[in-house]
Amino acid sequence: MTATGIGASVRRKEDQRFVTGRGHYVDDLTRPGQAYAYFLRSPHAHAVIRAIDTGAARAKPGVLAVLTGEELAADKVGGLICGWMIHSKDGTPMKAGPHPALAQGKVRYVGDHVALVVAESLAEAKDAAEAIQVDYEVLPAVVDAGATQTSGVQIHEVAPDNTVFRWHLGDKSAVDQAFANAKHVTKLDITNNRLVPNAIEPRAAIGEYDPGSDSFTLYTTSQNPHVARLVLSAFIGIAPEHKLRVIAPDVGGGFGSKIFIYAEETVCLWAAKKVGRPVKWTCDRMEAFLCDAHGRDHVTHAEMALGEDGRILALRVSTIANLGAYLSTFASSVPTYLYAPLLSGQYDIPAIYCEVDGVYTNTAPVDAYRGAGRPEATFVVERLVEVAARETGMDPAKFRKRNYIKKFPHQTPVIMTYDAGDYHASLAKALELADYNGFSRRKRESARNGKLRGIGFSSYIEACGIAPSAAVGSLGAGVGLWESAEVRVNPTGSIEILTGSHAHGQGHETTFAQLVSDRLGVSIDTVSVVHGDTDKVQFGMGTYGSRSGAVGMSAIYKAIDKVIAKGKKVAAYVMEASEGDIEFKDGKFSVAGTDKSVGFGDIALQAYIAHKFSGQELEPGLKEGAFYDPTNFTFPAGVHICELELDPDTGIVAIAKWTAVDDFGVLINPMIVEGQVHGGVAQGVGQALHEGAVYDQSGQLVTASYMDYQMPRAIDLPSLTVGMTVTPCPSNPLGVKGCGEAGAIAAPAAVINAITDALGHEDIAMPATPQAVWRAAQKARMPIAAE
Amino acid sequence: MYAFAYHRPTSVRQAANLLGKLDEAKIVAGGHTLLPTMKQRLAAPANLVDLNGVNELRGIERSGRSVTIGAMTTHAEVAESADVKAAIPALAELAEMIGDPAVRHRGTIGGSVANNDPAADYPAACLALGATIVTNKRKIAADEYFKGLFETALGDGEIVTKVSFPIPQKAAYMKFRNPASRYALVGVFVAKRAAEIRVAVTGAGQNGVFRWAAAEEALKKRFAAKSLEGLAHPAEGLNGDIHADVTYRAHLIGVMARRAVAAATDRE
Ligand SMILES: Cc1cc2nc3c(=O)[nH]c(=O)nc-3n(C[C@H](O)[C@H](O)[C@H](O)COP(=O)(O)OP(=O)(O)OC[C@H]3O[C@@H](n4cnc5c(N)ncnc54)[C@H](O)[C@@H]3O)c2cc1C
Repeated sequence: MTATGIGASVRRKEDQRFVTGRGHYVDDLTRPGQAYAYFLRSPHAHAVIRAIDTGAARAKPGVLAVLTGEELAADKVGGLICGWMIHSKDGTPMKAGPHPALAQGKVRYVGDHVALVVAESLAEAKDAAEAIQVDYEVLPAVVDAGATQTSGVQIHEVAPDNTVFRWHLGDKSAVDQAFANAKHVTKLDITNNRLVPNAIEPRAAIGEYDPGSDSFTLYTTSQNPHVARLVLSAFIGIAPEHKLRVIAPDVGGGFGSKIFIYAEETVCLWAAKKVGRPVKWTCDRMEAFLCDAHGRDHVTHAEMALGEDGRILALRVSTIANLGAYLSTFASSVPTYLYAPLLSGQYDIPAIYCEVDGVYTNTAPVDAYRGAGRPEATFVVERLVEVAARETGMDPAKFRKRNYIKKFPHQTPVIMTYDAGDYHASLAKALELADYNGFSRRKRESARNGKLRGIGFSSYIEACGIAPSAAVGSLGAGVGLWESAEVRVNPTGSIEILTGSHAHGQGHETTFAQLVSDRLGVSIDTVSVVHGDTDKVQFGMGTYGSRSGAVGMSAIYKAIDKVIAKGKKVAAYVMEASEGDIEFKDGKFSVAGTDKSVGFGDIALQAYIAHKFSGQELEPGLKEGAFYDPTNFTFPAGVHICELELDPDTGIVAIAKWTAVDDFGVLINPMIVEGQVHGGVAQGVGQALHEGAVYDQSGQLVTASYMDYQMPRAIDLPSLTVGMTVTPCPSNPLGVKGCGEAGAIAAPAAVINAITDALGHEDIAMPATPQAVWRAAQKARMPIAAE
Repeated sequence: MYAFAYHRPTSVRQAANLLGKLDEAKIVAGGHTLLPTMKQRLAAPANLVDLNGVNELRGIERSGRSVTIGAMTTHAEVAESADVKAAIPALAELAEMIGDPAVRHRGTIGGSVANNDPAADYPAACLALGATIVTNKRKIAADEYFKGLFETALGDGEIVTKVSFPIPQKAAYMKFRNPASRYALVGVFVAKRAAEIRVAVTGAGQNGVFRWAAAEEALKKRFAAKSLEGLAHPAEGLNGDIHADVTYRAHLIGVMARRAVAAATDRE
């Protein structure tokens, strides 16, 4: 290993530029002749558009174009797509209503795109938008997942009861039988609150058309520029793939919300050709609240059957998932295949059955958000487990131990084959770090100060590196989920890594370079990482689902294998030895059994000057590519313990201590991994205590700014205690599992389990705001008052 | 934001003249309330008169009986002022609780009292301490000044020049922050002066800041948190929203009032 290799907590290379404000985000770019776009959005949650009069707007100063769904349809621009086909129980395909990039005939949520104004300046575009006359016939709206199927409101023609699919997974009769034999059944009604992603950089796009080459360029805030290009070409039909370049430069956070192919980016690209000028759009914060795909929003009833000695016999889960007004790019996969297959948690559960109805409502589309399906699953399992332990009078840690999976590989009843793990080890370490034994003493101290103290566990599991392609294809995915890499060694020995992964906060420029450093024996300073440009990187699937380590880096690993193999051939000529005798170690090619060796950089030069071999014997150059398709998902798992104190007089919750013990397999850069845990936990605590998108019954988003939507702040979190255990992942060459979402997956259940522990009852939903906690604490006090 | 003309007077008199002669003119102080509403196109003044060049509106003066704060003094200046900390520590603490550092370094006391946001902090201090709002035309007692939601006794073009706070014997401010905006969901300022005890509540009332007479009455007997035990503020007339319905707000008024009295009496 080198000083900057795998396992070294080196400082992030990209931070110099980010921290000093020298990044290049889409909004920082100005293209020659650039014009500005502004979208007129629907003020109504549900309405028929009777007519749009753009005459007055067109006459406003500075206006270059006012475009509506009519022009879009006339130009045969296709609608936005959902790329994962789900079939209902009865075998029928999901009912996807049309999703035009500019509304055609109807608007279906507040913020829906009605018209585009392109003008010389943003202010002029906004002025003109105010002059557009839209004649709406307002229709009744429905916003709640639980109410939409029987509301009588119909949002899409294809889905009469607003139901996109009625899907299920698992063996229903085995589950029914287990419940019939159960000694105890634990039942819970669970709401998984709707979240707004709130990446620090709002979405932005510049569409550009070059009439000379008849080609387009889209600068965009994307987590997966190649997928964006594929969809914009093959489905939306803006331009053929080879005539469209998509560039995603520095991107300031995504959390899933920048995976999707949205209306605004599509329309800017199309408009650029119509207007003959580059068209720039930058989302403002309120637009982001209204229109970025939201996350979560499930209503669930869940039951757990227990046998003798607190063994889990079966799980029965029924969920309604709010998908919003339209199906976003991967919306259908999140509450189905990214959710139900995780319901076994870390436990040996013989039978599981899960039903999910995906439903339309008059709200913003819902899609993948940090964790995507797994936080929802973990919340169901870990709440059930905690409550089951309480109801049967068992210590929650003991209850978990009794039910943990102990042997690997383990086949769950819901698709997944867990490959490796040691759940007892994580729990033991977490209990020790959290000083679990001292809790009752701390609880008494709190009580003396009039505070209620609680402790809660979350023994989460997740599936990362979503793959293999053939498997996801059989489950309905429209794409393969491999990754590509190219390793370009320059004549001077410096190295460029081209990757189909995309960094938007993860630190790839550092960790990917660490892999190269480790394997080729060079310093990370001689390695640069190239990503986010479809003209540079041939193809890639992008970054989401914590896949860049397990899948993206494995592709680099394979390409490096090929570079080393080619280097050995070159070295054999240079050192006049047979190829079979060449060894590569610590950055040197050497001849086995001799003291002859040549450094990696010299071999790179020899490969390019090609003086020592003929082109007929060996191709010059040192550049190799690889596509990597894994054999399985990876299964990070761990235990988070939240200890908190609540003030029954005000409902304020203060987290006293947070212990996270995670098994992410091999760690490339422990400091970056720890940072990912911190960010994930903050988001998970945000979901549990603070965040929640609220629509009123007419479909207006009440929480459309930071005045009403609370993000977690530094002050809301204690210093985290982060520990690791390591079981290497057997399904990729690096042994890595993925760490980007674990915190957000684990945290909500830990918080709510701790609050309910403090309260002494289970009646509280997320977000557990001060008001909700105060009310729940009133209820907790009642029996005491009655004594 | 719509286009507007910008004016930067250097004296109160110049400012008053500009406000008198210009159409649709508005004062801008820290801009932390006005500019966001202009950006959202909810306000569209044709002329902005910026008071940041008017030096006579800045500064803090302490006399034996009162602390007087110039209208253009920022929240951060009040929070850090040795004079305020010594004379009315509760006021410095209140200023420290407003918004975040950026807000505190731009927002001004004049802007805050002129705006009279029902969730703002200063109105509670003004009312509880019996402050006098001084304008370029007159002096207005706090009791007469706050008129309702975003409404004050200020006339058209009238400029707040300073706010004068009598120094109390004891005072404290307890703020329950709105979890999202960090404005006051309920803020209670209690002040004990030789002749009077006042309890002012901000953030909670449908008509903005108000005095809680029953609590004042109870504290007259003894200025101690115990005196307020069992005293509940009625829910009528309070504000309800997603963060706090009227019942919870009413409850918090009681909690914050007791904690404020405890803090005031503990201060020695
Ligand atoms: C993120 C954020 C958080 C905030 N949090 C809080 C909080 O927790 N508590 C709180 O109390 N406030 C809070 N505020 C409001 C802040 O304190 C404002 O600065 C204040 O309310 C207005 O002061 P300003 O100097 O910015 O006034 P401006 O925004 O410049 O003006 C506000 C209004 O007052 C008028 N005006 C200004 N000065 C005068 C004057 N001298 N005479 C007459 N009229 C005048 C203006 O014409 C305008 O109508 C917050 C603001 C922001 C942006």
